[in-house]
Amino acid sequence: MTVALEANGLGKRYGRRWALRDCSLSIPQGRVVGLVGPNGAGKTTLLHLAVGLQTPTAGTVSLLGDRPGSGPAALARFGFLAQDAPTYSRLKVREHLTMGAYLNPAWDTAFASARTEELRLDPGQRAGTLSGGQRAQLALTLAVAKRPELLLLDEPVASLDPLARREFLQTLMEVVASRSISVVLSSHLIADLERVCDYLVVLVAGTVAVAGDVDSLLASHHRLVGRRRDPLTLPSDQSVIEASHVDKQTTLMVRTDAPILDPGWTVTPVTLEDLVLAYMRRARDGAVELSTGLAAVQ
Amino acid sequence: MIEFHLDASSGVPTYLQLVQQVHQALQIGLLEPGDRLPTAQQVVASLAINPNTVLKAYRDLERAGLVRARPGLGTFVVGRLSRTDPEAQAKFRTSMTAWLRSARDAGLTAQDIEAIYRTAFRDSLAEGEGVA
Repeated sequence: MTVALEANGLGKRYGRRWALRDCSLSIPQGRVVGLVGPNGAGKTTLLHLAVGLQTPTAGTVSLLGDRPGSGPAALARFGFLAQDAPTYSRLKVREHLTMGAYLNPAWDTAFASARTEELRLDPGQRAGTLSGGQRAQLALTLAVAKRPELLLLDEPVASLDPLARREFLQTLMEVVASRSISVVLSSHLIADLERVCDYLVVLVAGTVAVAGDVDSLLASHHRLVGRRRDPLTLPSDQSVIEASHVDKQTTLMVRTDAPILDPGWTVTPVTLEDLVLAYMRRARDGAVELSTGLAAVQ
Repeated sequence: MIEFHLDASSGVPTYLQLVQQVHQALQIGLLEPGDRLPTAQQVVASLAINPNTVLKAYRDLERAGLVRARPGLGTFVVGRLSRTDPEAQAKFRTSMTAWLRSARDAGLTAQDIEAIYRTAFRDSLAEGEGVA
């Protein structure tokens, strides 16, 4: 199976600061991948390195098996929508489509015009006077009409109002359903990602905190609430992602593929948001501290 | 044809919500054998969810023998829900009511009862998994 995006030890340094460090990823094709992380986590840097807008300081990256900058054939295979869906503000909607047709060998004229009509975009209107939602939809239409195998979108809905955001994602999912395109989209709006993504990459402080299939991630993480105890007393196949203790109670998020049978715990499922936040906190604060000297015995 | 909706705050996975809505529609007779389910593309376009989620829900329903995908035509309802024996239901409801009454007589609050029920329910499921 071809890999949509592959990174090995990828890193990018700006001056002294590593925006992305030792990033290794292998994202399968045919997925809708959510790239999440706090601001400054390296999401944009990762996407820019992948599409060849920037060059890595360390490591390698490839898209659909092609190294960035390996020529026009490789460029035709993916579409990239940069942050805030940039368009040419002085050009009219019609002129954007003309330019798209001129620049892209596999341009889908029928799709582009049908789509702009459905969106009720006035062909004679300048892009600069469109609403944020319309501009994002125009940019998405251009990216899809070039018939890519893979679409990379950097925070495509962050600046849109809730209705425009929903409509944008509806269009995107319709495209995925009808054209079997792979998608990588970065966002910090977890609620949106929860609906559309089936693969998740959590990026914190320039490194990958967790990555994997959303359903398997949700199925293997649980919240455990019970009497206060040391996480070290857990079975060895349960790894603790997050632990908090009050007086008499311990709350854990654990990752395990086996059922949790200990009757001392109340076990509840976690949401994608819980999961993402737990990994973000863990990456920020360091791994779970072991509360006793037992750590030395292990 | 039915229209799906999502409850984002329910904590129930999206594909399961779709499966449950088909079940409910079958239960109340809104869907009958021969009826067509919306296509993945229609569901995706209205809910803005991942197409794989819809396909996963439909595969689940197909495995349960409730629907069948006909390539190029769509996904159709072929089965009915097998209803649980009403007599068995009545029997367990009676014994549950008696149990609840005795629990309340013993001074247990509604929250106590709910906690006991949840724990026992989970334990019995865990037992079942242990055996399998």
